[in-house]
Amino acid sequence: MNQIPTKEEMTAALQSRIGVPLQQTFQKATVAVCGLGGLGSHIAYALARAGVGTLILIDFDTVNLSNLNRQQYGVSQLGQPKVAALADGIREAAPYVVTVPHAVRLTRENIPALVRDADVICEAFDRPDEKSMLVDTVLEAFPEKYLVAASGMAGLSGANSIKTRRITKRFYLCGDGVSDVADDIGLVCPRVMLCAAHQAQAVLRILAGQFDV
Amino acid sequence: MVRINGTDEDVCGMTIASYLAENQYDFLRIAVEKNGEIVPKSQYDTATLCDGDTVEIVRFVGGG
Repeated sequence: MNQIPTKEEMTAALQSRIGVPLQQTFQKATVAVCGLGGLGSHIAYALARAGVGTLILIDFDTVNLSNLNRQQYGVSQLGQPKVAALADGIREAAPYVVTVPHAVRLTRENIPALVRDADVICEAFDRPDEKSMLVDTVLEAFPEKYLVAASGMAGLSGANSIKTRRITKRFYLCGDGVSDVADDIGLVCPRVMLCAAHQAQAVLRILAGQFDV
Repeated sequence: MVRINGTDEDVCGMTIASYLAENQYDFLRIAVEKNGEIVPKSQYDTATLCDGDTVEIVRFVGGG
């Protein structure tokens, strides 16, 4: 078995790709990913690979067979809590990223304490009422934090209809805004990944101080 | 006039809650942006729409 690279080697490899200032900026950042399904599992991997230093991972659920069509888990992880399975996967891709797992269902009451340390918060839920609740709770409790949410990524519509919009200075929304899982064929991996990639890219741009879309 | 989702509407003086109810929005599946800020749900009953306001009502759909 190959030896795991040292932290210094991983850091040097990242710095050779994106430069020292950006690597240091990402390394210092904490991002919360709320929901670790099709969106959140891909967002977390993307941010870990990009060099974000700390990821707060929040999901109450376990890995289920119906998740594997679009979520970043494998058959050996069926039945495991998603927070643990994802932290294991991230350790393989980016061993020195700090993951802070919370296997709980987010509510209005517990959200502020769980996301307090994050610089940017990603909404990656499935249900529209929970998306709305998280946006409302975060932006009311933490007007200074950045929130990147998603709405509309179901079905087989074209990739180019997925967009990032800046709704307020601190609230970004990704997706096509209309493709509801309830009245389409469901979720397919590439289109969910597209939306997750929009969210992860918005997070990195915010951390880099590039706030336009 | 109040500009709501790109359309000018003669609704000055209405609260956000009454506008949303009249237009059959599901309070539990939206976010309301007014003049660049998100209006918390706890303020829907008291926040009123005034001439010159720009509002966007974001609708969340399922999937993630």
